[in-house]
Amino acid sequence: MSAGSGSLSGLGSAASPQVLRERARVIVGRGETMLDGAGWGSQAERALHEAWRDEPGLLGFLKTTDHKRIGRRFVVTSFAFFVAAGILAAVMRMQLALPDNHVVGPDLYNQIFTMHGTTMMFIFAVPIMQGMAVYLVPLLVGTRNTAFPRMTACAYWLFLFGALSLWTGFAINAGADAGWFAYVPLAGPQYGVGKREDIWNNLINLSEAMGLMVAVDLATVILKMRAPGMSLRRMPIFVWASLVTSMMIIFAMPSVMLAANLAQFDRTFGTHFFNPAEGGDVLIWQHLFWFFGHPEVYFIFLPGLAFVSSIIPTFARRPMFGHDAVVLSLIATGFLSFGLWVHHMFATNLPEVGKGFFTAMSLLIAIPTAVQIFCWIATLWTGRIDLRTPLLFVLGFFVILVLGGLTGIMVGSVPFDLQVHDSYFVVAHLHYVLLGGAVFPLFGAFFYWFPKFTGRMLDERLGRWQFWLFFVGFNVAFFPMHLLGLAGMPRRIYTYGAETGWGTLNLIATIGAGVIALSVLLFIVNVVRSGFNGARAGDNPWHASSLEWATHSPPPAFNFVVLPVVASREPLWTREADEPTHVSGLSAQTREGLVTTVLDALPDVRYSYPEPSIWPFIAAITVVGWLFWSNMTETGMFYGLIPPAIAFVAWYWPTRKETVEQLLLERKP
Amino acid sequence: MIGGLHDVQAPAGAQAQAIVGLWHWLLPICTFVFVAVMIALGMALWRAPRAGTDTAPDVALLSKREPRVTRVVIAAVAVSTLLLLVLLAVSVMTDRALAQLPLENALHIELTGYQWWWEARYDDPDPSRMFTTANELHVPVGRPVIVTLVGADVIHSFWVPSLAGKKDLIPGRDTTVSFRADRAGVYRGQCAEFCGYQHAKMALYVIADPPDDYARWAERQRAPAAEPSTDEARRGRDLFLARSCAMCHAINGTTAQARHAPDLTHVASRMTIAAGALENTPSNRTAWILDPQQIKPGTKMPSENIAPQDLAALSAYLASLQ
Amino acid sequence: MSAPEGTRARRRRESTPASIPAVRRGDALDVADLPSYGFGTRSLMWWGTAGMSTIEAMGFVLMIVVYFDLKSRSLVWPNEGHAPDLFWGTVNVALAVISIVPNIFADAAAKDHNVRKVRLWMIAFVVFGLALLGVRYLEFLHLNVRWDASAYGSAVWVLFGLHTFNLITNYLDSVVVAAVMFKEPIDGKRLVDVAENSGYWWFIVLSWIPIYAVVYWGPRF
Repeated sequence: MSAGSGSLSGLGSAASPQVLRERARVIVGRGETMLDGAGWGSQAERALHEAWRDEPGLLGFLKTTDHKRIGRRFVVTSFAFFVAAGILAAVMRMQLALPDNHVVGPDLYNQIFTMHGTTMMFIFAVPIMQGMAVYLVPLLVGTRNTAFPRMTACAYWLFLFGALSLWTGFAINAGADAGWFAYVPLAGPQYGVGKREDIWNNLINLSEAMGLMVAVDLATVILKMRAPGMSLRRMPIFVWASLVTSMMIIFAMPSVMLAANLAQFDRTFGTHFFNPAEGGDVLIWQHLFWFFGHPEVYFIFLPGLAFVSSIIPTFARRPMFGHDAVVLSLIATGFLSFGLWVHHMFATNLPEVGKGFFTAMSLLIAIPTAVQIFCWIATLWTGRIDLRTPLLFVLGFFVILVLGGLTGIMVGSVPFDLQVHDSYFVVAHLHYVLLGGAVFPLFGAFFYWFPKFTGRMLDERLGRWQFWLFFVGFNVAFFPMHLLGLAGMPRRIYTYGAETGWGTLNLIATIGAGVIALSVLLFIVNVVRSGFNGARAGDNPWHASSLEWATHSPPPAFNFVVLPVVASREPLWTREADEPTHVSGLSAQTREGLVTTVLDALPDVRYSYPEPSIWPFIAAITVVGWLFWSNMTETGMFYGLIPPAIAFVAWYWPTRKETVEQLLLERKP
Repeated sequence: MIGGLHDVQAPAGAQAQAIVGLWHWLLPICTFVFVAVMIALGMALWRAPRAGTDTAPDVALLSKREPRVTRVVIAAVAVSTLLLLVLLAVSVMTDRALAQLPLENALHIELTGYQWWWEARYDDPDPSRMFTTANELHVPVGRPVIVTLVGADVIHSFWVPSLAGKKDLIPGRDTTVSFRADRAGVYRGQCAEFCGYQHAKMALYVIADPPDDYARWAERQRAPAAEPSTDEARRGRDLFLARSCAMCHAINGTTAQARHAPDLTHVASRMTIAAGALENTPSNRTAWILDPQQIKPGTKMPSENIAPQDLAALSAYLASLQ
Repeated sequence: MSAPEGTRARRRRESTPASIPAVRRGDALDVADLPSYGFGTRSLMWWGTAGMSTIEAMGFVLMIVVYFDLKSRSLVWPNEGHAPDLFWGTVNVALAVISIVPNIFADAAAKDHNVRKVRLWMIAFVVFGLALLGVRYLEFLHLNVRWDASAYGSAVWVLFGLHTFNLITNYLDSVVVAAVMFKEPIDGKRLVDVAENSGYWWFIVLSWIPIYAVVYWGPRF
């Protein structure tokens, strides 16, 4: 059955519809367009493979718009930087293990802790969560790709070049050295000499541009491309978390981009935003940074919670208790997170009354998290438990995150924070919530979804060893830091004297850090070994309920041979009689998907995905070039825009082949 | 090596005491919540039957309500909210206690943070009774102190854990912090906002003296530098004024009046030098003058070539600056 | 026999999501008859544009907050420099409001699938836009302060610069969209791009007004 009568006439074409169709057939090289609707093993499946495959080799690698390849790239790249930043942490711990130590001097130490924090926050934590979402969300909502795959492809290259430029700076003694939040005036033109902070500001522009592009893409695919029948109430919690995170990113990331650019203008063009002598305000940097910075930790934390909400129902063999409450809690957390930022500034000269408000908000945000925790415990309590490695990491999350959240309550109180702010107590708190709330769930997610990504299972025994080493090592490393903070040890010091008495606890912390390193090594070994020799996984090795498990492991480029139609919240656990199960009628010979309505996911419009293209890659290179050129000269800011302009126009410019394909399938609204 | 109390949990002043009061609410309540949640989690794991992932999931729960579980969860959230409100109330009360420190007859000090040292100017209604020192404050026990905090270059933070919470020194935003030492003793503080290379070695000592001892100390600080008694010390003074030392350091009673570096008028009376990096002994002073970059790399004081006899003379002069 | 559909009704129908339903065929939901493009919120471009507009709006809002923070800390504002001359700024904001007109017509023509009219109004808009850019250049010449003279100068230049950057990129966007309307053959998606481009232009004009107010009237109060 052919689709689309085509609207080739009346659109300004001189030739007759017949002639154009003939021409189209020659260009496209096929007969009447074939539609999908048949399952695995059909001719439609073969056509889909043909339509969705990437070119082989390097060119295909650079041009791909497959969200799974791009998502994997994000995950692998961020994890590599996680290891690099972890090695920096090991060096720090070696320096601090003994008083008056000489492993590294102050200049290198200051670069190291800045690089550690910057890499972990901007290059590892947020990108890896976004990368997991880029891979999983289209599968979870039952569609073929994200909404703007070229944009996400470009985002990856921006991210990669940003990360590489930061580390190249570090390699040539131009590593950022003003801390991961680069307070002015230390990071400003007068006291931040050399190119170090210029490179940091560029990294912010690139990594945040990436974050924003991916957020817009994810938000759009979640709102507009879900499988028919997947109303908002039936949407998986992971998808809700991705939506909330993406919306938060859209509102928060512009703040840090603006701040970094203002700082860069001060450095390069002599503006006075942060120069008190000419009317500038040092503190506005902190406001702009933390208005972004506090939501940012939730960009990292909410996906972690989402992993937990995905893993627990599967391993408790029941739907999530309080699904709606958990979703509402995620949304509430998203909103509330914008009202906390001043709690990073309690030691400044802001009015005391204002600070009190932020204490109240900081305590308030604990409530939605508490709701989720109690719902999870209830789900476990009333379920039947399979204690496999993903669930083990979730249990580790419980212990560590709850402890970190409680120290968060402590530092949320102004008077107490005035003692422990900028001390090792805060270092302990932030690592408890970040590793507990994000990294433990992330490892759980790796064990959970590795079979889907690769078609093989990770080794359970190695996983359990890794977990226990990580859990014990983490607590040995970071719990003593609470005590160090209470004993007066400030953050970001490259050494301390023996008379302070901080030596013993620091040595213990260093030993714990070593154990953590060992656990990460075990994970890498597990991944490499299982990648080659692991037990083969079927479509749904965990007998889970969500849509990503309804296709092969790993999924083909087109995700599903037929797009699913869902009728319940747990589509693979229920089978509604008399409800449709899949979509038919989309073209199998071109890259076609389905746009649905926002609330109830009714089928709305057929969507032609953009073809793979080299322009996202080239555009990313031109943007990076523009940034660095503008660091060097004032005119660079203008002339440097010409290459990106050309690249973006070429990216958009429709090719004849694309247009003719569109016309073949066209149906007017 | 120098001691000095620097323990949040060992308060020696009113402000730090109030904060410890708050800590005595925070710690037990948070510990209780942690233990309760862990017990709940443990019980959930212990009670729930074991299954494999090939066990059929309980999908009836998609349409069935679970009233008992709902009630328990709501109760848990309610208790958590209540405890949070309690902590909020205690926090607010502590805030007020901190703001209500009586400030009559306060001592006024203007503390300026530089990379990587502290300048303290003791204010007085009579300007002739003001004096400047560095890196070591003496305060009278039982009398409130109001410190005006001025950031000269980058952001620093004034933190003496046993006396009070911290406050940042932000360029362009002068502010004040108040405290009162209630027990005599030596209290150690350290800069608590990353400020560059030697942030790690920017310590500050606050020494609480009984009021009479304090008065004696202040009188001595007001006096100009003592006239050196030995030839070597006099030669040291001449060297000090002729060499680059006088370009940065001030010594009251001489022509050296620059304020780019710590005031040295009474340097020999201090416990430490180089902002707490070294104990203040003759050999340490000598080592510091000879090669500050070795002890505090990146510090603003350059390492210069000094002939040994000049070095000895300078040391002798400094030793005389009691 | 039903009455012929009026333009408004047709446009409303074509913008309504799920106006053509999928057809149940056994276990399948058949979507072969669904349109291959849609206007308004039916188009993914609408959502992408909305996301980008929100991002830029946040940038503007925060920059205005920075402006007022700096102003509040200054005894005198401008703390150094003078207020910009009102003439060219007011001319341009008026021109900007007028530029909505060709956009509205281009948007309507796109939704009517009238390629000729779209081309006409897009050309009109491109030419008009040149005037906007030209006057914007004159505005910069009459700001009466350098960006490195004071915090005031820095704030004005960056706020103005952010908007100008948006203006230029959106204008170039429009030029490309217009050019593509001359490249045969033309499919429905391009008409949606024209409509989305018009929508984005609304954002440029609506954000223009508060920024004009802050830059030109901020130093006068």
